[in-house]
Amino acid sequence: MPSPPVRVALLVTCLVDLFRPSVGFAAIKLLEQAGCSVEVPRAQTCCGQPAYNSGDRLDAKAIARRVIAAFAGYDYVVAPSGSCAGMVKVHYPELFADEPETAARAHELATRTYELVSFLTEVRQVREVAARFDGAVTYHDSCSGLRELAIKAQPRQLLASVAGLNLRELPGAEICCGFGGTFAVKYADISDKMARDKVADIERLGARCVLAGDLGCLLQIAGKLSRSGSAVEARHVAEILADMAADTPPIGAPSA
Amino acid sequence: MEATSHTFAGNARAGLANPVLRRALDMAGAGFPARRAEAIARLPEFDALRDEGKAIKDHTIGHLDFYLELYERQVTAAGGVVHWAPDAAAARAAVLGICRSVGAKTVTKGKSMVAEEIALNEHLEANGITPVETDLGEYIIQLRHEPPSHIIAPAIHLMKEQVEATFRAAHTALDPARPLAEAPLLCGEARAVLRPQFLTADVGITGANFLVAETGSSIIVTNEGNGDLTQTLPKVHIVITSIEKVVPTLEDAATLLRLLARSATGQEFSSYTTMSTGPRRPGDLDGPEQYHVVLVDNGRTALLGGEFQDMLRCLRCAACLNHCPVYTAVGGHAYGWVYPGPMGAVLTPALIGLDEAGDLPNASSFCGRCESVCPVRIPLPKMMRHWRERQFALRKAPAAYRYGLGLWAWVAQRPALYHALVEAKARLLGRLGRRRGRFRTMPLAGEWTRVRDMPAPEGRSFHALWAERGRARR
Ligand code: SF4
Repeated sequence: MPSPPVRVALLVTCLVDLFRPSVGFAAIKLLEQAGCSVEVPRAQTCCGQPAYNSGDRLDAKAIARRVIAAFAGYDYVVAPSGSCAGMVKVHYPELFADEPETAARAHELATRTYELVSFLTEVRQVREVAARFDGAVTYHDSCSGLRELAIKAQPRQLLASVAGLNLRELPGAEICCGFGGTFAVKYADISDKMARDKVADIERLGARCVLAGDLGCLLQIAGKLSRSGSAVEARHVAEILADMAADTPPIGAPSA
Repeated sequence: MEATSHTFAGNARAGLANPVLRRALDMAGAGFPARRAEAIARLPEFDALRDEGKAIKDHTIGHLDFYLELYERQVTAAGGVVHWAPDAAAARAAVLGICRSVGAKTVTKGKSMVAEEIALNEHLEANGITPVETDLGEYIIQLRHEPPSHIIAPAIHLMKEQVEATFRAAHTALDPARPLAEAPLLCGEARAVLRPQFLTADVGITGANFLVAETGSSIIVTNEGNGDLTQTLPKVHIVITSIEKVVPTLEDAATLLRLLARSATGQEFSSYTTMSTGPRRPGDLDGPEQYHVVLVDNGRTALLGGEFQDMLRCLRCAACLNHCPVYTAVGGHAYGWVYPGPMGAVLTPALIGLDEAGDLPNASSFCGRCESVCPVRIPLPKMMRHWRERQFALRKAPAAYRYGLGLWAWVAQRPALYHALVEAKARLLGRLGRRRGRFRTMPLAGEWTRVRDMPAPEGRSFHALWAERGRARR
């Protein structure tokens, strides 16, 4: 008797919701290929990180409480973002440290919550994907995913199985691109310097496309690439892994 | 020193626009992290050592009163004197009092961030005593009347051409035609100029990296040996340091020294590790006649038991500065006071107040690289967030920002309204941006589009598309 499919709730993330639904659909395709049945709780909005990092603990808690309720009962919660997954996995339990009951629920949710690519490789043991993307690409390690969730080898492992794709390691891949949420606006000049360094490193590689696992970083990198007149494209790694790059132009590029 | 932390944003812009600073920081920017990485690769148990270091500091901080009293007893037993200084003024007064009691005219100084913190040089000068910095970097910035821009490499913001010009302007007794373009020549000249100062100074002042409670010793590490000369040649040795530097045993200090050198400069051990315990004893070949320790609190005990207590573990290794993309972009002077970078962003508001230094904990993308390299695992981003929470509670952020955030959070708790608004925004921006795929300017996002484009949304919200699919399937 086949085991019942794994029930996964997709944490869409507010940036994917607004800017790039394609990433959400790519995530769903990958999860379904990995034998999951995917649901999208309608009660979700944002993980609350903007409030949390602005020091607005009360609002962050109020939003987090709703997320905890919205995602109760699923086998797993998966987000196409290391930042939002990290918020739920690492920071929710911290946020409720002074409320034992909610903290217990936050811990329980944290154990079920994963970033998309690490969920595929670590929980679903996915070793390869059926995808094709021709040319040289590079990969930027988003800070939260890298340092809060130890996401480093997982995307590279899956990208290695994409036909035609040649991954060139980005020097300084672990250095922040300067996005940092409201930091990008509050300290635009510093953020810009970080983006310039990042984009210069990317340009030097001669890759056709830069990939990352977080839309926040990608908006920053794509925005800086296009402002500096670069031809390098930017995409979320899920679009490539799900073989859906043909469905949508790169981030910040005109629709054909 | 006069703090300029409240103008951080402007300081940072000035730093970003300074081409010499850029070159200096870019050179150092790669050097420190690379050397640290190599040193750590050679020590597989480094992470275990970090846990050990953290445990030592946590234990000591948890029993700070006990170890400080033990330390004082041991210093006294060795013939030294401990002066307790609750704040900067008391610390300055203690040092000045000792200097005056021996009629001091000049004092030599080893590098001490605590001395910077209490603005000791200015105070001594104002009272007719000449302080001479003996660490090369400190000596350079003293000649230039600049504050340090880094906690272990105080002149890191300078290129050697600037140092050459400074030396030529200061050392007027030397042949103006002498060659001075290379770093070793600069080093040699500083040594030659400083050597007589060591011999004539009445008092030597050093900082301390660690104080050892079981022996009453203070430990200082340098790479130039200037610490040795500063503390052994003059008749009086003053150690000026802060209370959280105490550790229980010599063995604990040894563990922390292994962490410190690797994290700071990528060395296995600093070139000179100098220990001093009390004044010269009968039969000793050298050493001072008087040995004083000025133990500065200056806001540290206020951190005990609170959300910033972890900061007291800090070894002042500077790894968090060297790996910080903000520090390496703007330079240390932008932070406007003694302690820059991530450790400064946490410590400075505690020491000089949130009103003056409120920008510092905000000027972080929370990339977390500082915490990932900190030898004693200080959760620096978390503590910066704590400062932001205090600011938010005190309504320090601009009103427009607070109301904007509040409105957003209110909507984010109403999914139906939220989804409708996001869908409307996605449609509108998607339509407006379709042709170019991006915006070069955008109302309400001016600070974003000032420096980079805003990619256009695809045109529909995910949740709207998902709901339509659901309906189609049914
Ligand atoms: S906070 Fe950590 S990394 Fe930074 S100076 Fe202190 S010990 Fe070093």
